Amino acid sequence: MSVLRENPVNEYLRLDRLPSIWCPGCGIGTTVNCFTRALTESKLDLDKVAIVSGIGCTGRVAGYLNLDSFHTTHGRAIPFATGLKLARPDLKVVVYSGDGDLSAIGGNHLVHAARRNADLLVVCVNNFTYGMTGGQVTPTTPLTAIASTTPYGAYEETFNLPNLTDACGAVYVARWTAYHVKQIAKSMGEALNKKGFRFIEIIAPCPTLYLRRNRLGEGLEEMKYYKEKSVVKNGADTREVALDFHDKIVVGKFVDRERPTLEEAMEKRFSESLGAKYVPYTSPGQQSRA
Amino acid sequence: MNADPQGVLTGSHYLDGDHSCSEGAIAAGCRFSAGYPITPSTEVVERLASRFPRVGGRFQQFEDELAASIAVLGAVWGGAKAVTVTSGPGFSLMMEHIGLAAITETPVVYINVQRGGPSTGLPTQPAQGDMMQARFGSHGDFRLIALCPNSPQECFDLTLRAFNLAEEYRVPVMVMLDEVVGHMTEKVVIPPADQIQVTPRRYTSKKPGEFKLFEPAAGSLVPEMVKAGDGYRIHVTGLTHDERGYPAMNVVAQDKMVKRQFAKIMENVDKIITFEEKNLSGAEAVVVSFGITSRIAEKGMQLAREKGAKVGSFRLITAWPFPERQIVELSKKVKAFVVPELNMGQMSLEVERLAAGRCRTVPVLHAGGTVHNPEVIAEAILEAVR
Repeated sequence: MSVLRENPVNEYLRLDRLPSIWCPGCGIGTTVNCFTRALTESKLDLDKVAIVSGIGCTGRVAGYLNLDSFHTTHGRAIPFATGLKLARPDLKVVVYSGDGDLSAIGGNHLVHAARRNADLLVVCVNNFTYGMTGGQVTPTTPLTAIASTTPYGAYEETFNLPNLTDACGAVYVARWTAYHVKQIAKSMGEALNKKGFRFIEIIAPCPTLYLRRNRLGEGLEEMKYYKEKSVVKNGADTREVALDFHDKIVVGKFVDRERPTLEEAMEKRFSESLGAKYVPYTSPGQQSRA
Repeated sequence: MNADPQGVLTGSHYLDGDHSCSEGAIAAGCRFSAGYPITPSTEVVERLASRFPRVGGRFQQFEDELAASIAVLGAVWGGAKAVTVTSGPGFSLMMEHIGLAAITETPVVYINVQRGGPSTGLPTQPAQGDMMQARFGSHGDFRLIALCPNSPQECFDLTLRAFNLAEEYRVPVMVMLDEVVGHMTEKVVIPPADQIQVTPRRYTSKKPGEFKLFEPAAGSLVPEMVKAGDGYRIHVTGLTHDERGYPAMNVVAQDKMVKRQFAKIMENVDKIITFEEKNLSGAEAVVVSFGITSRIAEKGMQLAREKGAKVGSFRLITAWPFPERQIVELSKKVKAFVVPELNMGQMSLEVERLAAGRCRTVPVLHAGGTVHNPEVIAEAILEAVR
């Protein structure tokens, strides 16, 4: 006799907030599922994991996860998370947002957080469009792709996000598609257990806007495309992983290296410069709750 | 509770207003600051950058004011008391996060050392042109608290009070200096730590599951707080939300949230508002002033009195919420309000609105760049009582 078991994902979700706002075929939920698996395998104390999102479809992830969660302003999840992490160093802080939020309006924060090696895991769900506002062009929309504000096709060069974050100093950079659920979960697990600025890009379908406008079919067709056109190249030179419209997708773990985090660099400098006069910061988590 | 003695620089000092703000913040228990350089406010964060590593604090310079103004909110939810500091152009960039602080009821302090505007304006010269922006600059409708020091001593006192008010009401508090107050150097007395009252963050004693992040505490309009990492699994959003903090985009939730956030300030105005009255007995005119202009107005009043004017002074220490009741009462007793300010008419509009025709309101306006000539204020007083 079969026993009805609770979905193992449930404990990670605010079930009283479901159903989500995401459309059928959207890839964001798939990535959230992978994230919960990574959390399970990481064995982290979930009370000590905080998630910060910006604005947009992926910006809603924070609200569905049963963690300390912050849904901030458009583009500013990274600096909020940096402040949170610096003030509460005993937390794991994850930023979860979309391509428009992180690389357009939030682009300045993305590059500087990578440069200073802020101790954050940044998950970027890249669906090549602004979903929440109706499918406008983003810095990652491939050349010639149709968006509501590029009705004749996109004509700007795109950001190659793995290359951008690599060049800025990220210690961990990976890219997968929403088809690669096992690999996403593995990458997220590795990244959760690593320190410094970690960046995972996940190419994901937006059937309602991006796929429909570009006559690319439904979510399922996109998954078939991801399966057929993805090439795994771990350690690939990130200069060579730029994306063209509906063409080959190089996926894999591109960067995995060590650098002192922002906090470590800060503490080292103060210790060297101030010696015994340096009074290290005490996390409010270690202070008495009064 | 008393201030942490580790941070308090007890004694008499010769400090400028900017540096005095830094000491006020440290005395208040602030141990996190995020900033971006901008004249004439930079000295505040420079001092924090120097002092924090010696008192267990953290300062981080960010890539812009957008980042600095939200990093402090992240730090507050991590459990720190936090401040950011700026001037005109930076204040404009910070507006969105002042709104986020308001809707998420985040206790935080923003210091603005005002300079001439609009835009880049007069980076090194004073103005008081951001007074309405402090209250109305961020979109949507909410109330916050703004304080106006007129001396380096008050920069210390009011920065400290700003932190205490922020915790008391879970609200962003603005400390509105001007370039002259920020850069003038005077005696500043910092009391012993055991004579400095600090309002601790009001953490809930309820357990996770019983606690709602935006449910007002018993007998209060202000909810208690928790911080990230304490097991409460809070959700904090800039969307309209219910008492759990969950997005609730409907008319009922909006009405309830906005009106309580208004009421927690407006029903406590008598506890929040402070002012300084002088020579009001028998006065025919009252000078309403704030910040550096109140110092210049002293001289203007003296000159006017020498020519026979009966003039008193009402100095705004709390600019927002505005001392409405006090101005209404005064308007029944005097011939005129004289309102000098380094802008083209901002607080004078409030005075005029509240005087409601019962007495005259005489704005003495100055576009900024320097302070008023006291004789101009004196002439306005003499004209007002004639």
